[in-house]
Amino acid sequence: MYAIKHQARGLVSHGVSTCQGCALELAVRVILDVLGERTIIVIPPGCAALFSGFGNETALRIPGVQGNLENSAAIAAGIRAGLEVQGKDDITVLALAGDGGTVDIGLQSLSGAMERGDRILYICYDNEAYMNTGIQGSGSTPYGARTTTTPAGKPTFRKNVLEIAVAHRIPYVASASIAYLEDFRRKIARARDAGGTAYIHLHSPCPTGWGYDPSQTIRVAELAVQTLCWPLYEVVEGKTRITVKVNKPRPVAEYLQTQSRFRSMTPEEIDQVQRTVEAEYQRLLERAEA
Amino acid sequence: MVRKLLDGNGAAAEAMRLARVQVIAAYPITPQSPIAEKLSQFVADGTLKAKYLRVESEHSAMSCLIGAQLTGVRTGTATSSVGLALMHEVLGVASGLRLPIVMPVVNRSLVSPWSLWCDHQDTMAERDSGWIQLYAADAQEVLDLTLLAYRVAEDPRVLTPIMVCMDGFFVSHTSQPVEVPDQEAVDRFLPPYRPQNLYLDVDDPMFVNDLTPPADFTEMRYQQKVGFEAALEVLPEVMDEFARHFGRRYDLVETYRCEDAEAVLVTLGSMSGTGKYVVDQLRAQGQKVGLLRVVSFRPFPADRVRAALSRVPVVGVMDRSAGLGAEVGPVCTEVRAALSAEGRQVPVVGFVGGLGGRDLAPKTLAAAFSRLLEIRAGAPAPRTSQWIDVRADALQLREVPAGVRH
Repeated sequence: MYAIKHQARGLVSHGVSTCQGCALELAVRVILDVLGERTIIVIPPGCAALFSGFGNETALRIPGVQGNLENSAAIAAGIRAGLEVQGKDDITVLALAGDGGTVDIGLQSLSGAMERGDRILYICYDNEAYMNTGIQGSGSTPYGARTTTTPAGKPTFRKNVLEIAVAHRIPYVASASIAYLEDFRRKIARARDAGGTAYIHLHSPCPTGWGYDPSQTIRVAELAVQTLCWPLYEVVEGKTRITVKVNKPRPVAEYLQTQSRFRSMTPEEIDQVQRTVEAEYQRLLERAEA
Repeated sequence: MVRKLLDGNGAAAEAMRLARVQVIAAYPITPQSPIAEKLSQFVADGTLKAKYLRVESEHSAMSCLIGAQLTGVRTGTATSSVGLALMHEVLGVASGLRLPIVMPVVNRSLVSPWSLWCDHQDTMAERDSGWIQLYAADAQEVLDLTLLAYRVAEDPRVLTPIMVCMDGFFVSHTSQPVEVPDQEAVDRFLPPYRPQNLYLDVDDPMFVNDLTPPADFTEMRYQQKVGFEAALEVLPEVMDEFARHFGRRYDLVETYRCEDAEAVLVTLGSMSGTGKYVVDQLRAQGQKVGLLRVVSFRPFPADRVRAALSRVPVVGVMDRSAGLGAEVGPVCTEVRAALSAEGRQVPVVGFVGGLGGRDLAPKTLAAAFSRLLEIRAGAPAPRTSQWIDVRADALQLREVPAGVRH
């Protein structure tokens, strides 16, 4: 055992075992900094389980439970129900799951919680593949990306779970980026106080899985926003607002070229991505102005 | 105390109301649906102060209970068949976390082929899930075993969840007069729930269920084994106390006319009543037969089974599940193991019957007794399971004629 020389200032210990340059580590520190210690966290197996701990050690100073891959929302809903019947109303119940645990195997329990309106805050940190098990493709892996189960590049586009969340008419839905921390912090606070199910989908670059230098995480995340690959917006009580406007978008190729996972994409495929993100951003703009 | 006309489902719901469960998460499935409906009605009409989560699956039902119970409240759900199978993954979470959840399970066969009706394959498939399993024979037992199950599950020596199993339709949908105790009497028997082990509390934070290395995993499982061993002591203790409070007596096993029996049939659940009727008929004809009903299948009370059968020359076991790939069904496997531990060479015949809703009628059980008495008279005892009610045309059923498919 090592003596602790420096107490962590926040609710997360120093020296967690995430990869170098991991966006999730910064995200967890920011999330818990905003939410504070009256928070109970649910974490499924996956990269975030590095914060659950190992054996008799944990990286967190708040109570939490590691659930299964597909039931984060259901466990969180149960925690909320237990707190509610005991009159404990001042506690945030946070589910923090990756894209696999959210958009694939966890979509059913998430949909159930959103439909019932359980007062939980669900944050999906999306590193666009099953990273903890070794970079296998997920429903959130973008078109053209190589993973260990899409070795020739993913032939289909990702599913848009933000819009699935919006379709449940929950009071708060937002996308977020690790490159826009003030925007993210504001959204966490709003989601916490939404009064019902709140869903935040965080774009969380992964140097290990995406193939870029670990020092470039923030730049990669920023480029995703600036190329319209990851628009930042929120939907409050059904009203859409773009929170970071991109007036002069950069070509998607600039973003794709930063990562080796897109290396085998043809110019035609890149064009298709360009047209798709532009069309989707246009629809978002129209909805925001309506 | 009042007498109410209740079926097994109604008795289960009454027991959960009397236990004052605070969070319910349930998903409907035939033949359990009336439990989910009644509990939601109790919450809606205010006779049960609880939060009802209308979940989208049994997997989420159990997951919700795990979360809720960790905050320190008593929780409730019920399920059946494929619903229990869907829960499988999280059943192990509940038991591993030592969460004393009590769950009525309405026994129904597993697909394929589809069947809505009773057999025990659903719960037998979960016999290693770390849950205690009690099998009720009628609606009164469903109420009583469910109530006492909370005391056993929540006992600090046990801390193990409990399934209270009842036969689909035979028990779940058969009405009978049930003695329903007063709330005050139940409150005296069953104090409010207090978490004893793991909990989620912002004022005393702990992280629950993280990755555990090989250095500790064995020990965590061993704690559960010790809990099951303790349950063999605590179950009779609580059953005695239940008898003092409510006048009805239960035990890990029930013996019926076994004292001088030449052949005893081991049963589980609602077939036991029919079995006793058949025993009486055969006794009236001068046949010395008896019945041993297993109430607690997990933990399996091997000592009690050994003691009850110690002088019985021929034993049969009626399994209501196929036990595919094993020599005999799961209950028979346990009975054989229990008896062989004593070094006795007693023949233990495994019967399989009553699958997919087929009635275990008196004639079927009488046929089983008749086989046992033949063996007592010198006929060879079969090693493999005897499908006592299988039709002669079994292998022709839905046969595809040769040449239909090219």
